[in-house]
Amino acid sequence: MTRIWITAILLLNIICGGCDQYATEEQNNPLFGLGVPATDTLIRKWDDDVRPDGKGFPAGEGDARSGKIVYSQKCASCHGANADDNTFGKLVSLPGDTSKSKSVGSYWPYASTVFDYIRRAMPFNAPGSLTNDEVYGLTAFILAGNSLIPDTVVLDASVIPKIQMPAMRKFVPDDRNGGFEVR
Amino acid sequence: MNNKKIYSRRAILAASAAAAGIALVKTTAGQLVHALVPGDKPPADPTTIQGVPSGKIGTRSPFEQLVKKPSDISARTPLQHLVGTMTPSDLHFERHHAGVPFIDPDRYQLLVHGMVSRPTVFTLSDLKRLPSFSRIAFLECSGNFRTGKERMTPQEVCGLTSQSEWTGVLLSTLFREVGIDPRASWFLAEGSDAAKMTRSIPVAKGIRDGMIAYGQNGEALRPEQGYPARLFLPGWEGNTSVKWIRRIEVSDQPFMTREETSKYTESIKGGKIRQFSFDMDARSIITFPAYPVKITKGWIEIRGIAWSGRGKITKVEISTDAGRHWAPALLQMPVLDMAHTYFRYIWKWNGEPTEIRSRAVDDTGYEQPTLDQLVAARGKEMGGYHLNPVTSWQIKRDGEVLLKPEKWK
Ligand code: HEC
Repeated sequence: MTRIWITAILLLNIICGGCDQYATEEQNNPLFGLGVPATDTLIRKWDDDVRPDGKGFPAGEGDARSGKIVYSQKCASCHGANADDNTFGKLVSLPGDTSKSKSVGSYWPYASTVFDYIRRAMPFNAPGSLTNDEVYGLTAFILAGNSLIPDTVVLDASVIPKIQMPAMRKFVPDDRNGGFEVR
Repeated sequence: MNNKKIYSRRAILAASAAAAGIALVKTTAGQLVHALVPGDKPPADPTTIQGVPSGKIGTRSPFEQLVKKPSDISARTPLQHLVGTMTPSDLHFERHHAGVPFIDPDRYQLLVHGMVSRPTVFTLSDLKRLPSFSRIAFLECSGNFRTGKERMTPQEVCGLTSQSEWTGVLLSTLFREVGIDPRASWFLAEGSDAAKMTRSIPVAKGIRDGMIAYGQNGEALRPEQGYPARLFLPGWEGNTSVKWIRRIEVSDQPFMTREETSKYTESIKGGKIRQFSFDMDARSIITFPAYPVKITKGWIEIRGIAWSGRGKITKVEISTDAGRHWAPALLQMPVLDMAHTYFRYIWKWNGEPTEIRSRAVDDTGYEQPTLDQLVAARGKEMGGYHLNPVTSWQIKRDGEVLLKPEKWK
């Protein structure tokens, strides 16, 4: 399903009048051969994204219990003791939460994104300072808090891509396409 | 040869410009230089006194107090004080997720890797040696609609749109240099700010008109706009034009980063969430007369800007009777693709209270909707991104111009 509509987006992007206006400007240019080949060291250092299909996940592991300890030390000051504070984006909707505010449990379509974002940008006051084990633990703590995984699950590179997020089914591709209809 | 002459002329000028003084002024490079600045008060008759000599950097008249409206995470362009279509670079809106990073251009690197045959690192001078492309285009944040109070300026309603001439390397050039795999369909763009801001972008858009921009209005990008280099995707929601870009990873699927799942997606009807809503739909706003100006009876030229992320603006219509009748405004030529277009409309205000509004049409036939139409299409629970409703200004009997606030929740 995801595949189908992603293809649809690509098609929409390709079918359009005068598209190649700029691309064709370049067609007859030579190859300049500028830049230097990227070293594996640099690629390994910078390429820290992870994809929903599991590509990019590093070695390491963590569970909700280890995550909770890191959370209370490095995250709770901004996101609240129970991770349900909505000031900077609600991480956890606790059982019985009837508010409509978005949380990882109610809104996030992929578990991989939790890992990716925490590793890339959190904690806000010291981004890039967490170990991979800590990020696995924090991801487990947040997912378990939203009742998306049992407390006991140990997350690693092979487990995260298998987690189904309930919000996934809400996501639809952009259907606006100009023209007469307001969408 | 006549350095001496200039010097002495300068000295005389400095001595005789009674109201002027020498002050330390900051150049765009952050350097402090001595410059002559006019005094607090202009002379009664400027034809009777020598002016200030030429200087290293230009100045803005002290009478023009143009400022952005900043919050912790953004700063808005003062649309009501601008004329024409270009945004002075120091007034370009800002939106960032972890502040403005301080980057040494000599140490800047752009890594392009993934599904390419030659993973490559480009320096800034490499980028500048590649064919240099320029275009004028707007850049707008997708969360650019505020309402709710009468005393709101265009800056407060939709000041997260700005226009510049962007210069840089086309992505089509860069992709050719690195030998992009023909099966590639998406690429990840990553910034070098503390958020390492990331978005997945269809390769087709990159090849169609994407660029790595290093120039803004004839000089280097401002740090707030991505110095020394950023992605620029004309017509698309601002956050996709990743600033301070340091890495492009070519792939065959999107990465589903936080900025394309948790953020920059919007609730629509039926409990659904719209994702990858890239294009900015057509929009317009009257920037004069608009709060806080007061008008008087008689002829008035209504002015504003209109733009569409899908192409050219073909028509802007004005209503001066709260939407009962509409008449076409004049579009200031040249009308460019995906660019702010200046519109003007001559109107005689008879002193009676009324409402004025504008609506834009683009070359796909799309007509800027009202908020009611947006709610009808997307439902009451609709998210705050991609709201482009017709904006009305109330003209009060005393000539005061106030926003007509709207509610949908
Ligand atoms: C100093 C305050 C601070 C600390 C400490 C902090 N955060 Fe954050 N967090 C923020 C802010 C601010 C944002 C929103 C950033 C933005 O919008 O770009 C955020 C956003 C997030 C988000 C995304 C929320 C959403 O709805 O998209 C997650 C997940 C998150 N933080 C996890 C963590 C974790 C895990 C830690 C501990 C390792 C942590 N944060 C520590 C301030 C903090």
